[in-house]
Amino acid sequence: MEQDQQLRQDYPEQPRRRTLLNRLWSLIGLLAFIELGWLGSSILKSRKTRNTQLQGTKWIEAGRAEALITGDVKAVPEGMLFLARLEDGGFIALSRTCTHLGCAISWDKEQEKFVCPCHGSTFDRAGTVLSSPAIRPLDFYQVRIENGHIRIDVSKAHRRESFDPSQTTRV
Amino acid sequence: MSAKIRQPHSPISGFIFHLHPRKVAAETIRFTLSFGLGGMAATLFLVLAVTGVLQLLSYSSDSTAAYQSIILMYAGSSLAGFIRNVHHWAGNLLVIVALLHLLRVYLTGALGQGRRLNWLIGCTLFLLVLLANFTGYLLPWDQLAFWAVTIFTNMVTYVPLIGDPLGELLRGSNEVGPATLANFFAIHVGLIPPLILILLIYHFWLIRKAGGLVRSRNGEAHAPMVPTVPTLISREAAVGFGLCALLFLFSALVDAPLDDIANPGQSPNPAKAAWYFMGLQELLLHLHPVFAICIVPLLMLLLLAMLPFLRQAALEPGIWCGGSRGRWTAASSFLAGLLGVIIWVIVDEFVFKISGSEHFLTPWLSRGIVPLLSLIFISGLVYRLLRLRKSPPSESVMAVTLLCLGIVCGLTVIGIWFRGPGMALGFFFLKG
Repeated sequence: MEQDQQLRQDYPEQPRRRTLLNRLWSLIGLLAFIELGWLGSSILKSRKTRNTQLQGTKWIEAGRAEALITGDVKAVPEGMLFLARLEDGGFIALSRTCTHLGCAISWDKEQEKFVCPCHGSTFDRAGTVLSSPAIRPLDFYQVRIENGHIRIDVSKAHRRESFDPSQTTRV
Repeated sequence: MSAKIRQPHSPISGFIFHLHPRKVAAETIRFTLSFGLGGMAATLFLVLAVTGVLQLLSYSSDSTAAYQSIILMYAGSSLAGFIRNVHHWAGNLLVIVALLHLLRVYLTGALGQGRRLNWLIGCTLFLLVLLANFTGYLLPWDQLAFWAVTIFTNMVTYVPLIGDPLGELLRGSNEVGPATLANFFAIHVGLIPPLILILLIYHFWLIRKAGGLVRSRNGEAHAPMVPTVPTLISREAAVGFGLCALLFLFSALVDAPLDDIANPGQSPNPAKAAWYFMGLQELLLHLHPVFAICIVPLLMLLLLAMLPFLRQAALEPGIWCGGSRGRWTAASSFLAGLLGVIIWVIVDEFVFKISGSEHFLTPWLSRGIVPLLSLIFISGLVYRLLRLRKSPPSESVMAVTLLCLGIVCGLTVIGIWFRGPGMALGFFFLKG
């Protein structure tokens, strides 16, 4: 107690100065925190742009159009996708990734549907949902047919809420 | 007495008296009060830290070399494989021990004045343990790891608004790949352990500040005291060393699981999340993703965090479940939750899905709002009925909490053992 009073007499300005210093310290701490956040996010961002640059636009060949008859589904492993020919003769390239939780689906030839091994979602040939828990149809890729050769742009999988004939390509 | 206290002591006892007071209440050292669960969790954390550092010597975090480095741990005569086993089993055991510890603290009423902040810290520590386990799960880069993390990071994307960016931040790209491994390695090794350590020290300090372990109300003033050394220390040593012995023995006999190398082209059937997230994966089969991933877990976490702040919700301190009637209530509400959720899963699987009436309105209503409101209604009903039976509010809140715990356990058990290829329901664990 006595010491305390002595201190107060010796340094009357102490409390105010201390509050100011404390505020300065917390300001510096806050600045350091913001700087750390900025640093982290800039590293993450640079990594992301590197990833997208690696992908770019990329067309892959998927064989001749007439090799695929109506109703056929063919796996294209290098594009991690399936190429299907629908009943009306149109081609559609479907992402292999289930829209529910991202597992790799496979084509069941006998039951004629895509089956996801994780949660049992099923999709038809055009990628629309046959049974839940998946809600969205499979993503699709742009398909082009040049001189009877099928080419697929694998750089971007397009999200969709429902099937539309514009997603397919005809010979 | 005072002369004794001023005696210089060795560095070891100095450290002990930093953690513990010189004397503790005799009633707090009985094993059936705490079951040594907090001490076990701390022991496991130490084991994980040591084996974690040792693993850094043999593990390679590059996605092209990670799997091979794990294989090499088991080759030759090195003990690296054994260290991996210890780290793996200790991590999994910590999830169970930490959960039981949380439950113990709640059921012995250790949520009173001076312990509220510590409860929140404990809950945070539990979440960090889950995150540590989950980030460690990816590191072997095998099929189990790859698809479990694919499933979980896709679960995250269902969170409204922040889901997509958050999933992308975790993965480091659109799909699980080398960037994800780098992220998870950094989080697992560099971020979580120091966070846990800081919170753990705070956790211990707050226990001491609250006067040690929880004591019963009667005889608080003249409670008999016992010296920390040797009474408490010998008990702590017995629990810690006993646990280590069992853990090392188990790890010497049973290898940590390792599947084939990760193959992004082929999901194993069934593909499952890590076991502590199987409850979530099971819930996803029944509810709209936003409810299964975001709303229901958040509500349950909120209930957990709110427990010490609800009025009159803290149980009688120092007595399990507030007494023998409370113990009966606790057991029956836990079982009710467990059985109730099992019946709900079976009905949902075999009645609604087959009859096609699962979307009797819109998915949002039938697989979201209706089940959620039913759960809230049932919880309210349990609370009201117990209050009508003249149970104290604390016992009624406990019934609701344990009902929710029963539901979580039921979902987790079904997800782990009763889901087979295509996530079909059945007794698949019997077929090995």
